[in-house]
Amino acid sequence: MSDAANTQRTLDREGLRGWGFVAPALLWTLAFFVLPFVVMGAMSLATLEGRTLVWGLSPANYAELAEKAYLWRGILVSLEITLTVTVVSVLLAYPLAWIIAFRVPARWQRLALLLAILPFWTSYVVRSYAWLLVLAREGVVNRTLMGLGIIAEPLTLANTRLATVTGFVHFFVMLLTLTIFANLIQLSPNYRRAAMDLGANAFQTFRHVILPLTLPGIVTGAFLTFVLCIGDYVTPQILGGNTELTVPQIIMVQLGRRADFPLASALAIVLMGIVTLAYLASARWLRLDRL
Amino acid sequence: MRALPWLYLAAAFVFIYLPVGALVLFSFQGGALPVPPFDGPSLRWYGEILADRDLTSALGHSLAVAFGSSAVAVTLGFLAAYGLARHVLPGATLVRGLLIAPLTVSYLIVGLGLLIVLTRLGAPLSLMTAGIGHVVINLPLAFAIVYASMGAQQQNAERAARDLGASEAKVILLVTVPMLAPALAAAFFLSVTLSWDEFIIAFLLTRFDVTLPVEIWSMLRSGLSPRLNAIGSLVFLVSVTVVLILELLVFRKRP
Repeated sequence: MSDAANTQRTLDREGLRGWGFVAPALLWTLAFFVLPFVVMGAMSLATLEGRTLVWGLSPANYAELAEKAYLWRGILVSLEITLTVTVVSVLLAYPLAWIIAFRVPARWQRLALLLAILPFWTSYVVRSYAWLLVLAREGVVNRTLMGLGIIAEPLTLANTRLATVTGFVHFFVMLLTLTIFANLIQLSPNYRRAAMDLGANAFQTFRHVILPLTLPGIVTGAFLTFVLCIGDYVTPQILGGNTELTVPQIIMVQLGRRADFPLASALAIVLMGIVTLAYLASARWLRLDRL
Repeated sequence: MRALPWLYLAAAFVFIYLPVGALVLFSFQGGALPVPPFDGPSLRWYGEILADRDLTSALGHSLAVAFGSSAVAVTLGFLAAYGLARHVLPGATLVRGLLIAPLTVSYLIVGLGLLIVLTRLGAPLSLMTAGIGHVVINLPLAFAIVYASMGAQQQNAERAARDLGASEAKVILLVTVPMLAPALAAAFFLSVTLSWDEFIIAFLLTRFDVTLPVEIWSMLRSGLSPRLNAIGSLVFLVSVTVVLILELLVFRKRP
């Protein structure tokens, strides 16, 4: 037998063994992620006639999304809330990450960062409940302000879009502080020194040197915020109080009361489409491998 | 002007800790409403939730699902990382992409897809199906963490062991796994924390036996209650403990 054939055979056996290690994870992902995903895609093209499911290639569900006001309005509401949350969270987190990175003395830095993101680990159902506790009609803020005699009637804070946004911003400020901090701390102080030496003032240094250098970190964090926010059901359900429904809430309504799996699937596909668009829009700056 | 950063820092911490602070403080409330004025401290509500059968069994379910699904996720993730790092496989890039893919999809959609398939198959929903869903979301993380920490120094030690006559199973169990212990522990604890907190997949894929977040969700229907504060504080305490263990054991070692 020639050497080449021998090597080939060892390679084959090696390769086979390699696949043996990869196979369990791969099969799991194919069976419980890829297959469900394909079925969901097919489901979005099926229709319900009465209570029976009719498979096919019907665009009816997608047409319904464009026609029925409560459906397309849901998509708009989701987009508005998500964009607001993303922008506000970045604007609040950046200074916080900055202060922790450059103002807090080095030996307290790790502690300050840990403290700033510790409540991130509260269960997210519990976190939304905790905000309800603060914002409810009979909640902590209203009771305190009335107790102090500052207001006579309770303010409407819960069951509003503001409450949903507050709950989200709270969560994502912590996440973004972490990603932006990681970005800031990697910057060599020499950049700032060089800019200052060349006569830039503090604002110019920030605007033309620091900001461009930290943009990848900001965009990566903002993208994560966008993805997690637009797909969340819990926060708007607990804090928004059904005054306006987001896409995940509408999906859950379809699943629960009406068992309309085709429409729910179409909504899920639209949600993924929006996330893909957000990805394409931010791909230039995204550094997902750095997370 | 000099005080401005410190004022901002203080304001940010108030915002970050306001809900958690209110949650924990009023879990010690004496009366039936977890709002000011504070009339505690009292352990009454902690006593009540610990005596609540539904809650304690949900807690047991959550622990079982979290530890079971994390063990599966880390095992599968480790094997795949080992296979991809130590063997030259055609299509390795595609496989890596596929294994990471669930990270880019929201939990709601992962749960919805599984729910559709399970209902079509007529499979009953249970803690097992929720666990399967949790493996789907944690496997990419476990794989990525372990894969990223596989380096040349382990490969050299593995070669040395193999030259000395160790079988592949022995090499993995006695050389690779111990050398990767910090990464495996990080992957496991991160996976446990995420599964322990996860709501929407567990909500969609369980029926009669539910996990703790799902049980808490059903308690929420009756509005503000110091029992919710008490159980929420306990859940927070568990998560924080795991995070602190992780911080001390695993991340401290990095220079």
